[in-house]
Order: sequence, then structure tokens, then C-alpha cells
Amino acid sequence: MHQPIDQYAAKLSAGKRASVYDGTKSGYDARLRSLNTSYPTPDHLRRLAGRIKQHTIENLDTYLPQVEARLRANGVSVHWAVDGGEACAHVHRIMEARGAKKMVKAKTMVSEEIHLADYLEKRGMECLETDLGEFIIQIDHDHPSHIVKPIIHKNRREIAASFEKNGLGSYNDDPGVITARARQFLRHKYLAADVGLSGANFVSAESGRIVLVTNEGNSRFSIAATKVHIALVGIEKIVPRDRDLGVFLNLLARSATGQQLTSYTEFIGGARSANQPDGPEEMHVIFVDNGRARVLADDCRAILRCIRCSACLNVCPVYRQASGHAYRAVYPGPVGAVLSPLLAGDNFPEMADLPKASSLCGACNEVCPVNIPIPDLLLRLRDRGKREHSKVAAADTPPMGAFGTLANHPSLWKAAMKTGGLSALYPAFLMPSYGKAWVRTRGMPKWRGGKFRAWMKTRKQQASK
Amino acid sequence: MTASRDAILKRVNDALAPLKERAPYPEFDDDVAVMPALDRNGDLWTAFCERAKLVHGTPLSGKPAVLADWLHGQNLHHGYCDPELLPLFGEALAAAGCAVETIFDRARVDEYQFGITRAEAAIAETGSLVLTDATTSSRLAALAPWTHVAVLKRGQIFADVADALKKMPVDPNVIWCTGPSRTADVEGILIEGVHGPGVQVAFLLE
Repeated sequence: MHQPIDQYAAKLSAGKRASVYDGTKSGYDARLRSLNTSYPTPDHLRRLAGRIKQHTIENLDTYLPQVEARLRANGVSVHWAVDGGEACAHVHRIMEARGAKKMVKAKTMVSEEIHLADYLEKRGMECLETDLGEFIIQIDHDHPSHIVKPIIHKNRREIAASFEKNGLGSYNDDPGVITARARQFLRHKYLAADVGLSGANFVSAESGRIVLVTNEGNSRFSIAATKVHIALVGIEKIVPRDRDLGVFLNLLARSATGQQLTSYTEFIGGARSANQPDGPEEMHVIFVDNGRARVLADDCRAILRCIRCSACLNVCPVYRQASGHAYRAVYPGPVGAVLSPLLAGDNFPEMADLPKASSLCGACNEVCPVNIPIPDLLLRLRDRGKREHSKVAAADTPPMGAFGTLANHPSLWKAAMKTGGLSALYPAFLMPSYGKAWVRTRGMPKWRGGKFRAWMKTRKQQASK
Repeated sequence: MTASRDAILKRVNDALAPLKERAPYPEFDDDVAVMPALDRNGDLWTAFCERAKLVHGTPLSGKPAVLADWLHGQNLHHGYCDPELLPLFGEALAAAGCAVETIFDRARVDEYQFGITRAEAAIAETGSLVLTDATTSSRLAALAPWTHVAVLKRGQIFADVADALKKMPVDPNVIWCTGPSRTADVEGILIEGVHGPGVQVAFLLE
């Protein structure tokens, strides 16, 4: 086993595998129950959502300037970042201009993508995660392994131990106690912070509203307690109109956690109003490209429909066995297997093994709330990995040269089919590595080559009689 | 900065220029995602209560004394009240032994057991309360205390999400609260009251 993802999966402890299995299974079950009890034909809805999103990304040249104008009209400062470095620099500059030192941050995948916390901490600023899972990741110096459930790979005992280590009370692994301690600790952090940072689940081009979909209330607190709100937004997060949100909000929570709506659906349209004592005096939106425009130019652009619900992670047999960290990137699972190599840009060949981390069973496409044909996209990327001679993608893949020669020469093929039965006598220790890997856990199938030609011949003879 | 804007927009234009045709905006009805089970002609408050309970919300209705007695029964005796609601609730709250402040002092955030503010509306389909910047006297008071009471009037209840989106107020901070704050980050076990209220009350003032 030479593929990195296989190697990672093989070393995964039984405990972690069980945590990931339980977390994904419950997410999958909740999704199914919620969609099927709500709608007679949930499939119709996700196909519609897919069409709305495909329309949006194929018209981003219209919608981006439109949403920018709306945001400006709402009094929001709009910034653009071609890459992660520039996005971080925007955040840093906004904070410096306010003399700000402390940021509280709600969960955003883009901030993981651009390594914002590292960037700010290196420049003497505090950048505190406030989502419970992300907070635990931060105090553990770990990385999220799931988009919606960042600590799916951890159990309560590990969490209790790191709370104890970080001075958050003596060891107690009751999830209620862990949560209460985080609540008490973090609320004073919000109130002492200068800047609140969020992502965006959707941005309406029609109204310029940023929509945040959350459960814990940390994004509300981050925005209510601080004087500056910064939203990091991937350029693909747009929806054309507010009415589209009716479709997406109903699908997102159900697909992610099986909820009808999450506890909080926030529609942010700018800084606080004049008579409001709490909340930001200024609001900034940073549109982040960081490789997305390049994905838009690719024939895999449908991946930009993704609304980050994690349904494909939860259903994927490979994700369940390997866990999120096996994907070596911010976005794990089937969506990550497509998106991560594409976002890697020139480093594509280094990530080109990820599209092979799939049995192409199609479950990811079936559960996707925006109907992304993930298996098709995986196949396209496998093809590209081969064409670009990616070494990491070639691991465990037999060279197909011999097959190519046979397939191109009917007489050679015929001879091979007739003599192939002798392969049963071929000793395993003389096999190339990929052959050995195959027979280590399986027997060789009985040779059946040449049967078709014989069958065809007989059939032709019978027909001519 | 404008250089980056132009660079991104140019990349987007270049990416899309080769497309022979673009996917059209699909036609659909606004209520395409409304759950068919919802009875839109029935009493919306009854429907709201049913859905709110499913997400562990606490719907209550009646005169101000009903709320004051409920708070007393929960052993909540100190909190915040929207100054505009004080003329309606002040007397009942005092009678129930509940002391309220009308300015939320963030330095004493842990001292408030409850916050009472106004809701802009509610959504029957999902059991959600709609809070806005304009009608919430303090964002923190509606968020930080363990118990939040959103005061609602009849005639402010939307049937469904589609309706609420259509009539979205022009406001910088519209929040739909669907039950209490919650997490399932630790081993998938549901815990209520993470950063926001652990108890979310919808109070219909009769």
C-alpha cells in the first residue's frame, strides 16, 4: 500500500475509526430522516438547488459586480483578495487601522484555507476560535477533520484532558460540563475582543445580505460584542436572489445535521443600526479567489456549487475508514478529493492521488444537496493525474503499456486470451508489487479469457445454418 | 486593491468566456421548499407552538403576569427588559419579585438570568423567532443570558420560510432563532446553551 490515504487509514487507531464511523453514521441517518419526513420528493429539491447554483457560477461575471455594488450601497467596505496571503493582509490592515489586537472568530472554512490564525498570531494579534469544536482544535494545535463536525475524530476523554491541560477546570468528561466551561470562558473573550470574524454560507446578489447558518450562537456573539465585523467570503458563495435562500436554507441544515433550520440563521446587511447599542460600527467583506477562478475555468467547475454541508463525507465509505486528516487538506472527503487538487493549482500532481480515494459508488452524488456529479469529476481528475504523470497518483497503479499493446493488436490479444490460463501457475513472489498487493488479501480469479470469441464463433455458425 | 479586484474579475471573465451557453436561472415557485404537511389556513400560533416544541423552544402566551409567574417559577429573579416593554411588563414583573434593568451592562454579563426583548415576527413552519436590529433593544441582552424571552404579538406570524423571506425587513441584522443555542460537537451528544440562550421563550402577548 503506497497511496498516502491508504497508509494513513491503515495506521488509524480503532478508537478514532469508531469515532468517525459513529459521527458520520448519525449525520447520514439524521439527514435521511429529516428530508424524507419533510418532503415527498426531496430529490426534486436538490436538483433544483444544483441548477440554481450552476447558473450562478456560470454567471459570476454578472453577479460579482452586482453583489459588490449592493454591499457598497449597504455601507459595507468591499475588499478583494487574489490569494490567501492577500486576504490575511486585508484582515491585518483593517485591524491595524482600528488599533485592534484581539479577534474572536466564528467557524469559517476559508480562514482555515488561508491560515489566518497563524498569520495574525505571528504579528502579535490574538485570534480566538469560538465554535466549540474549533476552539478545542485550537487549544490542541490540531486541524479540523470534518467540515461540519471539526472534532469528529476526538472523544470526550481527549477533550477533557486538553481542557484540564489548558487551565479550564479539573478533568471532567461530561459533554455538558465541557460545554458550560467553554461558554463561561469564551463569553468574556467576546466582550474583550475588538473584531469579530465570520465566513458566509450565502451572499444574495439581490440584497447584499450575508447569510450565516449556525447552531451555537458564537457568530451572533462575535458580531454583537465587537466594533468591527469582517466576513471572509469565497467568490462562489453567491446566490442570485433572496428567494433562492428558501431552497438552500431548507436543504443545507437538513443535509448537514438533519435539522429543519439551524438554531440561528443570520442575515447580515451591514453595520449596526443607529439606535442599537451593541454590534459593529463598520463591516468589511473580503472576497477571496485563492484558486476559485481557476476552478471556474476547469471542466470540473460544478464543484463550485458546493455549500459545505458534509453529506458526502458522512456517506463516503472511504472517508469513514480513513478519516478527514487522511486527505491532507482543508476540505476532506469526496468534495475535498475534487476541490483540494484543483485549489492546489500548480501543485496539482502532489494531490492527484485524492481523486483515487473513491470506489466511485456514487453515494456522494446521491446525497449532494446541489447534485454535484462528484464521481464524474473524480474520473476527470484521475485522467488529468495520469496525463500530468503524477507520481503519487501512480502508486499501486499497474503500468497499462502492456495492456495497450495487446488491446491494439487483435492477434496478440487472441494469443494472450488463449494462453492466459497459464497465469494461474505464475508464482506470487515473482509478481510486480501491485500484483503482490492484490494476491495478499485475495485469490486470483479463475481464468475466463477467450470465452467470448468462442461464443461468438459458435453463434455465427448457428446463424448461418 | 482595485488591481486585485480587476485581476479576479478578469480571471472570472476569461474562465466563462469559452462557455458556448450558460445555465439558465431555473423557474420555480417561491414555496417549492415549503413542507407540504403545513396547514397554512389553521391557527398560525398553534402551528408555531407545535414546531417550536420540536426544536426545544418554549412557547408561552397570555397577559404579562403569565410571563412573570413563569420566570418566578423558574427561579429567575434578575434580568434585562427592553425599556419599551417595561410599561407593559414592569408591574407584573415587580409583583412576581423579578428585578429588571433596562440597560445591559456588559461588564456584569454573568449577572443577568434572563433578557426580555421584542421579536419582529415568527415563522410557524419552523418554530422560529425573527429578531431584528430595529426591534431588539440590545443584541447582547437577547443573547448572553441563559433565558431569552422574545415578545410577540398576534398577526406577526409568517406561515413559512418562503413568506418570511419575501417580507424580510430592511435591517442590518435579521436573526431567525429556531430553538435554543446548541452543539453536538462532543461525541455527537446534543447540549443546549452553548454561547447563546439555553432556554428560548416565545411569548405571545394577549
